Amino acid sequence: MMLDSGAAQSARPSYPRFLDAGETALVIEFGDTVDPAINAAVLALDAALRLAQPKGVREFVPTYRSLMIHYEPLEIERSELIGIARQAMAAATVTASDGASWILPCCYEPPFSEDLDEAAHLLKLGRDELIALHTEASLRVYMYGFTPGQLYLGGLPQELAISRRPEPRPPHPAGGVLIAGGLCVVAPFMMPTGWYVLGLTPERLYAPERDNPFFVQPGDKLRFEPVDAATFRALQARTARGEVVARRSAA
Amino acid sequence: MMSSEAGLRIIQAGPGTTLQDAGRHFYLRFGITAAGPMDPLAHATANLAVGNVRGATAIEVTLGGLEVTAEGRPLTIAIAGGDFAISLDGRRLPAGCVLLTLDPGAVLKIRAGQGGAWCYLAIAGRLAVSKVLGSHATHTRTGLGGIDGRALRAGDRLHVEPSAAPAVPLGMVAAPWLDRPPGVIRVVLGPQDDYFAADQIAAFRDGPWRVSTRADRMAFFIDGPTLAHVSGYNIVSDGIAMGAIQVPGNGRPIILMADRQSTGGYPKIATVIGPDLGRLAQTRAGVEFRFEIVSVEQAVAARRAEATALATGIVVEPLVRTSLTSEFLLGLNLIDGVVAAGMP
Repeated sequence: MMLDSGAAQSARPSYPRFLDAGETALVIEFGDTVDPAINAAVLALDAALRLAQPKGVREFVPTYRSLMIHYEPLEIERSELIGIARQAMAAATVTASDGASWILPCCYEPPFSEDLDEAAHLLKLGRDELIALHTEASLRVYMYGFTPGQLYLGGLPQELAISRRPEPRPPHPAGGVLIAGGLCVVAPFMMPTGWYVLGLTPERLYAPERDNPFFVQPGDKLRFEPVDAATFRALQARTARGEVVARRSAA
Repeated sequence: MMSSEAGLRIIQAGPGTTLQDAGRHFYLRFGITAAGPMDPLAHATANLAVGNVRGATAIEVTLGGLEVTAEGRPLTIAIAGGDFAISLDGRRLPAGCVLLTLDPGAVLKIRAGQGGAWCYLAIAGRLAVSKVLGSHATHTRTGLGGIDGRALRAGDRLHVEPSAAPAVPLGMVAAPWLDRPPGVIRVVLGPQDDYFAADQIAAFRDGPWRVSTRADRMAFFIDGPTLAHVSGYNIVSDGIAMGAIQVPGNGRPIILMADRQSTGGYPKIATVIGPDLGRLAQTRAGVEFRFEIVSVEQAVAARRAEATALATGIVVEPLVRTSLTSEFLLGLNLIDGVVAAGMP
């Protein structure tokens, strides 16, 4: 399929690969890089298998470049599961993105923009220039990971490629919008991080009491919209009541 | 104020005592780790012994111990897991898994014993605690589940919905499958064993390893040989299963346990098989072990054997008979003395 070109380099494995994570999880790997096409293949298989609902399969975890399938081997054998996955891959159509597009408010003003000046200095950009680059980018939602509701976004412009910090910085507040390693993260939990905190979103990407605890899906597009501190606080009051303030856009 | 409702009151709880059911499944794709018991087999055993389903909500007791009493009506309780010292109203019970009736006002104490690191207290019936995303499992790092997402503490009351179970005589639960000496932990290689050369895989297998003092519900750091990667240790993040053994840049493996993060970016050399997760969890800091590499088929066979054992049903031997032996009575007195002298 689409990744055959990767096999041209001699030492590279051919994809997809079927790897074991113990006897109750199978990893189907489509590549080893952050790449929209690889991620799209992962999400296409995820969608096809969720539709097929094979017996004995508990859950699917799509990531940048692989799909982890948690299964009960006393109900479905590994070989049978692989057979079903191969069939699904043969039938699945991989589209670049048929997901939703979101506009997520982000406040880049103090006190929320904790590392903005530091990042701007390191990137040799003006503060406003950095904000403009960050808000103009149409980002791809690659996956959730690490902690509940944490989104990993790709598609930042080259100008915003910044290395991770050598040492983690102290915890940022919930809703941190962070960049490092060419990626962007929205982090719903207060955590120490090796990334740079550009601002804060008032949105709650994860709200267990809401009817839809998570509304963004991997494969969606996302763009940040700058809001001032007063707007941030007003929006935050609404999300605290269980409202979603992110807006859907017409791609 | 005292409630007339039936329930369990926590008199003392060691740090990290939590409510755990079989785990908060189906949300891993959103970054939510299942949590659930560190020793799933012991958790299931305690539940089955009181007539609950195997994944019912139970209290996970740590080396810090637990002291509880019943309120409102007698509660049927089973305790299973590591080798803990259990006493009922000051009377030391024999070692092993026990089934008992806890009368209102009676005090049940669980203290760290000779070995093991976790045990489970299951109560017949259902706990009236609200669920988060379908589960009671507590993940304290993200404040999910249990009571307000936190560990249990003195003063907490767990309301127990009436169960049809009649009062049971004190008995020993026969659970030979919980006799799991530490020493060898079975693993399946991968998913990133190709990041390590053959000699490093051998070094990983042979160890010897010791569980370090950094071992909690999230991860067990283990001490042993330093492992070298073939080329680099940064991978593009992927999913993490419970029991995944990741090797970060310093070459010192970390085994990711029930409260692990959902994804990670270090190569995972191997994964502990399901049937040995409890064995590993019960291995205390400083205890030596090594890994044995098995195939997926062998791991599934071990899993099947475990399921078959549990399915045969739990046999409870009443203590009335055995407790009449002078040896046991003598043991009670002697051990009680030791406990009284050695415990705060």
